[in-house]
Amino acid sequence: MKRLHCRNTLRFLLTGLVLSALSTTSAQEPVRIAFIDPLSGTFAAIGTSGLKQLQYAADELFNSKGGILGGRMIEIVPLDNKQSPTDTQIQFRRAVSEGLRIIFQGNSSAVANTLNSTISRHNRRNPGQEILQINYSAVDPILTNEQCSFWHFRFDAHAVMKLNVLTDYIAMSSDIKKIYIIGQDYSFGQVVSDTSIALLREKRPDIEIVGNEFHPIGQVKDFTPYVTKIVSSDADAVITGNFGADMVSLARSIIDSGLDIPIYTFYAAYDGITATLGADGVDKIYLVHNDAGNPLPTEERLAYTRNFKRLNPNNDMTQFRITNALQMLVQAMEASQSTDPYDIALALEDMRFTNMSGEELWMRGEDHQIIQPLHISVHTDQNIVVDADNSGFGLYRDFSVGGDETVVDHSCRMRRPRR
Amino acid sequence: MLEVFVFSTLNGLVTGLLLFMLASGLTLIFSMMGVLNFAHASFYMLGAYFAYSVSLKLGFWAGLFFAPLLVGTLGALVERYALRRVHAYGHVAELVFTFGLAFLIEEAVQFFWGADTKNYRSPDLLDFPLFVLFGQEFSAYRGFMITISVGIFLVLFYVLTRSRIGIIIQAAITHPHTVANLGHNVPLIFMAVFGVGTALAGVAGVIAGPVLTTFPGMAVVLGSIVFVIVVIGGLGSLGGAFVASLMIGLLQSYAIASNLGMPDLLNLLGLDFSRDHPLNDLWTLTLPQIAPVLPFLLLVLVLIFRPTGLAGKREE
Repeated sequence: MKRLHCRNTLRFLLTGLVLSALSTTSAQEPVRIAFIDPLSGTFAAIGTSGLKQLQYAADELFNSKGGILGGRMIEIVPLDNKQSPTDTQIQFRRAVSEGLRIIFQGNSSAVANTLNSTISRHNRRNPGQEILQINYSAVDPILTNEQCSFWHFRFDAHAVMKLNVLTDYIAMSSDIKKIYIIGQDYSFGQVVSDTSIALLREKRPDIEIVGNEFHPIGQVKDFTPYVTKIVSSDADAVITGNFGADMVSLARSIIDSGLDIPIYTFYAAYDGITATLGADGVDKIYLVHNDAGNPLPTEERLAYTRNFKRLNPNNDMTQFRITNALQMLVQAMEASQSTDPYDIALALEDMRFTNMSGEELWMRGEDHQIIQPLHISVHTDQNIVVDADNSGFGLYRDFSVGGDETVVDHSCRMRRPRR
Repeated sequence: MLEVFVFSTLNGLVTGLLLFMLASGLTLIFSMMGVLNFAHASFYMLGAYFAYSVSLKLGFWAGLFFAPLLVGTLGALVERYALRRVHAYGHVAELVFTFGLAFLIEEAVQFFWGADTKNYRSPDLLDFPLFVLFGQEFSAYRGFMITISVGIFLVLFYVLTRSRIGIIIQAAITHPHTVANLGHNVPLIFMAVFGVGTALAGVAGVIAGPVLTTFPGMAVVLGSIVFVIVVIGGLGSLGGAFVASLMIGLLQSYAIASNLGMPDLLNLLGLDFSRDHPLNDLWTLTLPQIAPVLPFLLLVLVLIFRPTGLAGKREE
C-alpha cells in the first residue's frame, strides 16, 4: 500500500515536471534582470526595500499589462552581496553563469566601482556576451568621469551635482557662518567633504569650515564623542553623506545633545530612519535628492505610490529612480527590439523621458549620467500626504532646481566598443 | 579644550561601562566553559529587541525588567539543551556552535522584526538634561546608563567575592569535580552562570538600544570589540575586563576628541610631503580617523608584550 502511494507520488511529480517543461517552452522566455545588493547583514534594510520597489515596478508597469517586447515577462533575480565588494564578485560570476545580462545595483559606491571594473574587464574578454550595469543609486562622481564606461548607466545625480544644489541652498541662508562636515571614511564620504569645501569657498567665502571629520563606515558604536566636538566647534550647520545606521546614530546623537542646528544630508529618511528621528528631527533634517517628495506632483504618481504601500505596508517608495531606470530600460529595449546590452546601451544614450512625476529626464550620452530635476526636502509632519515608516512624518519639498541647472562638466573619455 | 576633555571623559565612561556589562558575562562564561561565546553580542541585540517590543505595549521600564529575564532564560535553555550536548565533542565544536548561533540569531531578528532601524525610545521620564556644562548638555539617560552599569558591577563583584554562591561558582570553575563531590549540582551552576551572563548582555542591550540605535547590525558592531576587551583584560578575569572596558571606552573617546594626526608628527620632525605624494593618504591620517580601530591595535600590542592580558593568569 505504502509502495503504491510512493509510486503515485512519483508519477504525479513526473507529470508536473513534464507539464512545467512544456509550459516554459510554449510561453515566451522572460527577460531576466539581476539585482545585486545587500539582502542580509548590516545594510539589508536598504537592499530589500530596493528589491521590492524594482519587483513592484516590473509587475505593476509591465508584467500585469502583458509584458514587454510582445509578451515577455520581466523576471527579477535577487542576488545578495551583503554590500561587500568580494561577495559582489561572487554574485557577478553567478549572474554570468546563469546567463543574466543586465545588472541592477545601487548601494555603496565601493561596490559599484568594483562592479564597473569587473564588467568592463568581462565585456572586453567576452565579446558578444556583454553585461549592462544599471546603477540606480551609487553616486561617486568617478563612475561617470575618470572611470566612465560604455556599459554603465547612472540613474541618480552624482554627489557633486547634489552638492552643487545643496551648497546653493546653504548659500541662501545668511545666518549660517560655520559648517561642520562629518562623513564615512570611503570614496563617497571623501567626495562630499572635498566638494562641499570647494563649492562653499566659491559661493560663500565668509563661511568657515569648523570641522572636517571622517569615521570608519559601520564601525562607530556611539557618535556622542563626535557630537561633543561639533558642539564645541560652535557650528551653525552640519553636512553629512552618512547612510543607514551611521546616519540615524549621528542625527540622534546631535539631537540628543540639545544642539538645535540644521543637518544637511543625502540619506536621512525611510527604512526606520524617519520614524526614529520623529518629532525631534522636525525642521532640522534636510535632504538633497531626486524625488519630488510631498506634495506628490501628479495623480498618477500618487496612485502608483499608494498602490505600492498597499502591497507592502511596511515599506515605502524610497527610491523612485528605480522605477525611472526600469521604465527607461524597457523603452530602450522596445526601441531597439532587443535585450542585447549593446543595443540597449545605444538606445539609452541621449534618451529623453518624462517620468511619472512629470519631470524631464535626459540620459547624457557622453558619460551615461542622468540629468534630472533635484530637490531639497525637509523632515516634518506638516502637509505630509505620503509619510515614511508609517510614522506620520515625511519629506516636504522646500527647494527645487530644473535638470538643466544641475548639469556639471564631466571628464569622461569613453572607450566605445566596435561591433 | 577643558569642555572637550570633560565630555570626552564622560562619553568614554558611558561606552566603557556599557562594554563592561557585555564583557563581564563573556569573561565569566569563558572561565567556566573554556570557550569564547561568539553569540554573546547577539544576546545583547536580543535584549534590545525584546525591550523594544515590550516597551511598545508596557513602556520602557517594563522592558528593562522583562527583556533581561527573557534573554537570560533563553541563554539558560541554550546552555542546557544545546551547548551541554555539544560540550561532549570538545571545545572546537562548542566554538563553532556559538559561531553558528550568532548568525542564527541575527537572521531570526531580521525575520521577526525586519531589517530596518527600530524606533526604540528612551523613557520620557529621563528626557531632560542632567546638567549643562560649558553650554553642552549631558542627558539624564546617560547618567542613568552609568548608574545601572556601576550598580551591576558592584552587585556582581559582591556576589562573586563575598557571598556563598560566589565561592561555589569560583570553586566550580577551578575544581568542578571537587565541588560536585561536595554535593553541589555543577551543571546547574554552569547553566545559571550562562543564564546570568546572557541576561547581563540583555540588560546592556536594553539600555544601549535607545542611544546606539536598534538595528540588526548592532551585534556585529559591538561584538568584535567585546572580544578585544576580554582578551586585553585577561581571559576569565572580571577585574581585568573592568579595567580594559574603561580603558578602551576612554581611549576611543579621547582619540576622537583629539585633532592630532600624521601632519602634526611630520611638523614635529620638520618633514613635508606634497599632496600628490603616492602615500598622501598615510601622511594626512588623523587620530579621529583611526579611533575605532585603536582597540585592535591595542589588542595586537597586548598579545605581543603580555600574552595573558592585563590580569590573566598564565596557564600551567
